[in-house]
Amino acid sequence: MARSLIILPAFDEEAALPDTLSELLAACPGIDVVVVDDGSSDRTAAVAEAAGAIVLRLPFNLGVGSAVRTGLHYAVDQGYERAVRLDADGQHDPADVARLLAALDDGADLAIGSRFAPGSGGYDVGPGRRRAMGALRWLLRAATGRRFADTTSGFWAFGPRSLALLARRYPAEFLADTVEALMIVLTDGPKVVEVPVTMRQRQRGQASTRRFRLVLDYLRLVVGIAAAASRRGRRTTLRDGS
Amino acid sequence: VSDRAHVLVLVATIAVVVWILRLVRAQHLRSKYALLWLAIAVLLIPLGTFPELLEPVADAAGVDYAPTAFLLAALGFLFLVVVHLTRELSRLETRSRTVAEELALLRRRVDELEADG
Repeated sequence: MARSLIILPAFDEEAALPDTLSELLAACPGIDVVVVDDGSSDRTAAVAEAAGAIVLRLPFNLGVGSAVRTGLHYAVDQGYERAVRLDADGQHDPADVARLLAALDDGADLAIGSRFAPGSGGYDVGPGRRRAMGALRWLLRAATGRRFADTTSGFWAFGPRSLALLARRYPAEFLADTVEALMIVLTDGPKVVEVPVTMRQRQRGQASTRRFRLVLDYLRLVVGIAAAASRRGRRTTLRDGS
Repeated sequence: VSDRAHVLVLVATIAVVVWILRLVRAQHLRSKYALLWLAIAVLLIPLGTFPELLEPVADAAGVDYAPTAFLLAALGFLFLVVVHLTRELSRLETRSRTVAEELALLRRRVDELEADG
């Protein structure tokens, strides 16, 4: 079986990490776990190390995109062929890791753990966020012609091709790290699938999203999608022309 | 424009020139930016002294009131400067981000090497 690495971006997650890590190690025996400490002010790094994870410490808070990119970079450097990225707060069920990896076995190169695909347990979001997510779905569909039920999932499995691609080009900004990353992979062309997953309640700690910031993040993302879409068009014409 | 205003503009311009030169000397300002602001100052000194120099320029641009032409040009120029700065800032942010990410990876590598002993 291909060597896989689990990547957990973590910012001030000392409360949730021990449970998340012990569950992960129990559910995925023999798999390596790297915790990317995104400039936490608490004992995230120490807790992760004690639980047996490899720890990468960013010198200051760079945001989840950078944390994931650092993890992907590490995976490529160390010769892993696959990586799974999930949240450190325990919302993602470690049992689903195997299902995402199975999707890679079936020929996909990127598997998205989808909260809204048929067969997932569903996920309750407020009306504002639901509308914003709907808008993103529509935008992504307009830009790429493909429909994804869950465009902002934080639970992904990367095959060799998307791993190598995104280790270099993973977008750093919040939200862009999922939607824009998805566009980058789709442009490159490997097979992308959605796998239904079931979300759980946050175990401990605080959700990192604030209302006003979220609105700004969504607006910025629209600009990012438009930019990525225009690059996409240019690349296609170049390829056609050659 | 009164003589007093002339003197004020000249004094302010010269003060800016002195300030820029001091910043360059203290290595607080890259010389490419210093050059930009010094060029602006050199342009402003004759304009401040002889405002009527503006008239033909304003006429050519089709602006009746010369000071308006001046303000418009100044605004446009400042806009370009700000866009340029945000671009520089974006580039710097990307670079410092990459450096920080590399640092995390290197730190890990050093820890490993030290553990190997």
